[in-house]
Amino acid sequence: MPDNLVIAVASGKGGTGKTTIATNLAHYTARLGQKVQYLDCDVEEPNGHIFLKPKIDFSGAVTIDVPQVDLEKCTGCGKCGEICQYSAIICIKENVLTFEQLCHSCSGCWRICPADAIKPKPLNIGDIEFGKASGVDFVGGKLRIGYVRTPSLIKEVKKHIKEDHLAIIDVPPGTSCPVVEAVRGADFVLLITEPTPFGLNDLKLTVGLVREMNLPFAIIINRYGIGNNEVEKYCAAENIDIVLKLPDDRRIAEAYSSGRIIVDVLSEYLKQFSELYEYIKRIKVGINDKRRLRVRRKNKSGFRSSSSCTQDP
Amino acid sequence: MKIAITSTGKTLDSQVDPRFGRAAYFVIVDTETMDFGVIENESAAAAGGAGISSGKVVIDSGAQAVLTGNCGPNAERTLTAGGIKLYTAVTGTVAEAVELFKNGKLTEASGPNVEPHFGMDT
Repeated sequence: MPDNLVIAVASGKGGTGKTTIATNLAHYTARLGQKVQYLDCDVEEPNGHIFLKPKIDFSGAVTIDVPQVDLEKCTGCGKCGEICQYSAIICIKENVLTFEQLCHSCSGCWRICPADAIKPKPLNIGDIEFGKASGVDFVGGKLRIGYVRTPSLIKEVKKHIKEDHLAIIDVPPGTSCPVVEAVRGADFVLLITEPTPFGLNDLKLTVGLVREMNLPFAIIINRYGIGNNEVEKYCAAENIDIVLKLPDDRRIAEAYSSGRIIVDVLSEYLKQFSELYEYIKRIKVGINDKRRLRVRRKNKSGFRSSSSCTQDP
Repeated sequence: MKIAITSTGKTLDSQVDPRFGRAAYFVIVDTETMDFGVIENESAAAAGGAGISSGKVVIDSGAQAVLTGNCGPNAERTLTAGGIKLYTAVTGTVAEAVELFKNGKLTEASGPNVEPHFGMDT
């Protein structure tokens, strides 16, 4: 059993079915006795919990460090503002202003301050939840509204990848920093697309991203039957595996829209997810050894200093 | 007194730039002599924090008032900390804006008039 495998479920285009595939795969494999973990890294709009319906055992706030200025000690030298690349701290006429939301926690300002007037203080950027859902180990991140430190929260969620589980990461859509953070260190990436010009355009962008990151990947076509066959032609030309074609079935959409797992309500799709599971079992762990070890090591060594999570019982 | 006007160009005949943080230029005008200088805004295309760094530039220029179209909360906070008076909803050319200001036809803004990131789409 693939107990030591991190699979990222990603897509360039939004709404192609990342969460559908990720939650169904987690649920299905757990039913077969697989030790499986689902990690919702789509922290700007997490929705995996709607389908898995986990019982949350505990949750905690995720914080990052932002500067706190002691104006009594401040000499108004302005060095903090000069080092900040994001205008998160600025010295105006011997008064120092901070803009916490722009801070990237680089620690530059509190390190450079000659008067020792700046100290790091925690800023709550979101929450992380832990729970169980019919045998699936659930971890979900949720960014606070108005906050933009998405990669920091994703990093925090990924620190909870368990070494003896098949870990399934639900990745945010697109090809920006949060996606890079979510797929980083995965053993394998499943790219979900739909057979439409939009789907293909965004698929190509994502293939470019995973190739740049040197991550092994394969493709799942969702809503198969709509659009055209350009995605298949592209995969054939690029020599990319298509591991699953999920048909455009109204009943799947109905199950989805009522928050249900497909394999629970439409048993004919068990076969597809069984094939997907078999494919995953054949993925060689260690194909991407260095990256995998990096994720695992973080997990062992505990929390990094740039962000931390305090767990409430 | 010196005042800063956000401008789309480098002359007094240029149109007022409707954005503060991402204005193309700041024209700094001496209202007594009408002598002026031009500062190209390096923050115009910044990824973020444009209003704050633009605010710093205007403060360092020695201007005591800003005439612009729109100003967001971060820029407004920065300008206020610098003791700068803010006038928003200003349109027309830079010269016309200065004239309105000199004749007391502009009303000082009581706060920001747009949300953060306003200037990114215009």
